[in-house]
Amino acid sequence: MDMMEKAADQAPRPSEPGKIQPGQGLAVTTRLDAAIGWARKYSLFNYPFVTACCGMEFMATSASHYDTDRFGAALPRFSPRQADLLMVVGTIVHKQAPILRKIYEQMAEPKWVLSFGACATSGGFYRNYSAVQGIDNIIPVDVYVPGCPPRPETVLDALLMLQEKIQRSPQKF
Amino acid sequence: MADTLEKLKERFGDDVLLTHSFRGDDTALVRREQLLEVARFLRDELSFEMLTDETAVDLLHMAPDETFFPAGDRFEYVAHFYSLSRNLRVRIKARCPENDPRLPSLYSLFKTANFMEREIYDMYGIAFDGHPDMRRILLYDEFEGYPLRKDYPYDKEQPLIPMRTRRGEPQS
Repeated sequence: MDMMEKAADQAPRPSEPGKIQPGQGLAVTTRLDAAIGWARKYSLFNYPFVTACCGMEFMATSASHYDTDRFGAALPRFSPRQADLLMVVGTIVHKQAPILRKIYEQMAEPKWVLSFGACATSGGFYRNYSAVQGIDNIIPVDVYVPGCPPRPETVLDALLMLQEKIQRSPQKF
Repeated sequence: MADTLEKLKERFGDDVLLTHSFRGDDTALVRREQLLEVARFLRDELSFEMLTDETAVDLLHMAPDETFFPAGDRFEYVAHFYSLSRNLRVRIKARCPENDPRLPSLYSLFKTANFMEREIYDMYGIAFDGHPDMRRILLYDEFEGYPLRKDYPYDKEQPLIPMRTRRGEPQS
């Protein structure tokens, strides 16, 4: 058989009447929650609230080398109205706390928060007059990413954990 | 190198309280009343055209000492001058007491003093006479006290909005 004949042999054949071919005429059943969760977890639009050095690591993670696009979380939206994942990247100080709270409140439901790095999670090594001791003092957080800064693999792992959380949650719509 | 210090002592006499020179690094402690004149002398006569930095130190826990800490003043102001034309540096210090934390502003000589003096005011509560806009620069207006003073509790936070948890409260 030459190449042409080989290709023709592997091509899908027209279905014969009265006979169901694999992949044809079948239905997949699921719960609505699961279907919506599946759609939501693969279309995360993130709002990067970047304040400090973790931002460099965030850029490395979202750029082509590690590539958050592989998990459907590619496009940063620089408007909270268009975002559903708030990524808080870096140290948050008390002067900024009202701003972060407002950004969170401006996001439409459903929304999730990822705390990126030690400072956002717990204040990191700052214990002073200015640093907020973890952003969960201001807004609810879904995933915490440890590290100073976190390795890209840690961030991607957190993203997968968030996707799992989204998939499992009851969906409001 | 110590030439700068010699000229300062020659010009200001006893108003130069202490001098120090180490590997070309010249320091002079001057009486605060003369600070503006010293800066003018450095800029106009010794061609220190640039005010590199202004900052302060809280000497609260340092023991008063006849030589090192003469007047028992709590705050020490530190300014660095640089001569672009002669490639020289000099450090000028001045002190002020706790009950009267005031110093003359260098704004009339160096416009760059504006933000640096506001930062000193923000962090130490030292006010500068002759400054055009003496208010906080980094912290919010609601902030009470001066965080870089040694008697400010290191973990005292002043949140602008209510906190959701009890984390971050001072450990008693």
